Amino acid sequence: MAKRIEASNVTAYYGAFKAIENINITVEPKTVTALIGPSGCGKSTFLRSINRMHEVLPGARVEGSLTIDDQDIYDRDVDVTAVRRMIGMVFQRPNPFPTMSIYENVVAGLRLNGVRKKSILDEAAEKALRSANLWDEVMDRLGKPGAGLSGGQQQRLCIARTIAVEPQVVLMDEPCSALDPISTLAIEDLMFQLKDKFTIIIVTHNMQQAARVSDRTAFFSIEKTGDPGRLIEYDNTQKIFSNPSQKKTEDYITGRFG
Amino acid sequence: MGETPHRSADAGTGGTRVTEGHERPTGASARVAEAPVSTRTPGGTGLGGGGALPRARAFGAERAFRGLTLAAGTVVLVIIAAIAVFLVAKAVPALRADTENFWTFEGWFPNDAEPKFGIGALAFGTVLTAALALLVAVPVALGIALYLSHYAPRRVGTTLGFLIDLLAAVPSVVFGLWGREIFLRPVHDFSIWLNKYFSWIPLFGGEGPFGKSILLGSLVLAIMVLPIITSLSREVFLQTPTANEEAALALGATRWEMLRTAVLPYGRPGIIAAVMLGLGRALGETIALAMTLGITFNISFNLIENGGNSIAANIANTFGEANETGRGALIASGLVLFAITLIVNITARVIIYRRREFTESAA
Repeated sequence: MAKRIEASNVTAYYGAFKAIENINITVEPKTVTALIGPSGCGKSTFLRSINRMHEVLPGARVEGSLTIDDQDIYDRDVDVTAVRRMIGMVFQRPNPFPTMSIYENVVAGLRLNGVRKKSILDEAAEKALRSANLWDEVMDRLGKPGAGLSGGQQQRLCIARTIAVEPQVVLMDEPCSALDPISTLAIEDLMFQLKDKFTIIIVTHNMQQAARVSDRTAFFSIEKTGDPGRLIEYDNTQKIFSNPSQKKTEDYITGRFG
Repeated sequence: MGETPHRSADAGTGGTRVTEGHERPTGASARVAEAPVSTRTPGGTGLGGGGALPRARAFGAERAFRGLTLAAGTVVLVIIAAIAVFLVAKAVPALRADTENFWTFEGWFPNDAEPKFGIGALAFGTVLTAALALLVAVPVALGIALYLSHYAPRRVGTTLGFLIDLLAAVPSVVFGLWGREIFLRPVHDFSIWLNKYFSWIPLFGGEGPFGKSILLGSLVLAIMVLPIITSLSREVFLQTPTANEEAALALGATRWEMLRTAVLPYGRPGIIAAVMLGLGRALGETIALAMTLGITFNISFNLIENGGNSIAANIANTFGEANETGRGALIASGLVLFAITLIVNITARVIIYRRREFTESAA
């Protein structure tokens, strides 16, 4: 189910502005990798390049190579929708489709894939909602609007929607930044369970969160505003938070910078 | 977490925000309950100072403004009531004088010594031309709106959007002239072609002459309502939250699938509102139809033969030589037109209201 991701010399632009430069990272299957760093250091940009969501913005483009199990996702012949189906994404703010019910939200991805049969959809919806630890809370109101749930529930609904299509990789862009501590805890617990099946990459501003949930941590930083973000250090989470090899990393995690 | 606040923002980052979300009054009733008195006037030494709280003012700008708004609201009601009374008072004598059934008689001779007139054919023509116009205009308008909002490069989108808005500024009499002087010819040729190959469909049957037909009137109407529907639905489509569009794309949607999953459902109430506005214009359109329709008084589904009429066009065409009864009859027809538009609008409201649970939480 889960696949290895290899980024080599990934550079991303917004128009003329270079947001990240020469990022090299290898992410092992079935691990949680945290991307940390100060605001504007390009960690979200890098995350969005992994499922080719970066290029959605006008003028945005990516250079370098990004492979998933040795398949270059930026290859000219690759179908971008297939890439995004393989690499799901959870956003910073919960974004369930406001016009859809809870059930419809979960099966939206399957419907896009052409699944029409009710029994398959029902089964997939329950499975995804159970995996997202949301089933018990919504099982008796699947027909109600997804936007009527609390923030934390909405975010788990979005996670259910993402994993319902059974991707290989799940990208999370600060998934807890809009949530209260209890909902955050629920999502972190969920990540522990999900990493049995998926490769997870999470962007977070919360260093405790990175330390709690991730196996590996990548620290991004910029020299000054306007410079491209670079990868400073990438290592086991424990090492990064106890004995980082770079001075900049240490400054950042001890709160002396950023 | 069973009871939930409606908007994601209410979940906030801390516990306090969540409770605030629960307590926030959601209905209009709660807003009314707020006392219309000003307690903000500092009466003492400092703003938050000690001492007794200031007394509520007995009379202030707050009350005066309240009275002003109430008066404005009342004036509207009075005007509407006065218009209704006037129209009904004029219409009733004419309807009494009608020697034929007002609903079913196909003809309009209210100025005769024995007045004969019926609304059936006119109402039918009104609804048929408007419906046909929408049938043509809505798909085109939605297509243009989607192109402008989601496909076109910014510069092209702005220019084209401006041109479309310009189309809305063309006076309807100009559309009418253009329709009967220029557009008539291609429609006439097209009608002959339709009649030649599709005369087995009753819509395109008949012996001719062709041209000044329901088809011509509807097409002119379609062009007239196109800009309204286009610019409104474009605005609605542009308001789709980027987060939802990205959610669809991240699920592996193509651009069209993204539009179908995120943009169109989100814009549905707005599209309905836009279509209803267009329909309102089409139903009420007067001079363009008076100039392009063939002006007959029969109920026929034939779209291409000379003929067709509408309530508003009939008023424009016959008001000049109408006598007392004739004017009353026209006013009665106007009331019927009003009833039709009212029904259309109520239907639209009902459609929008039915999906309220979903659209409100989306807001």
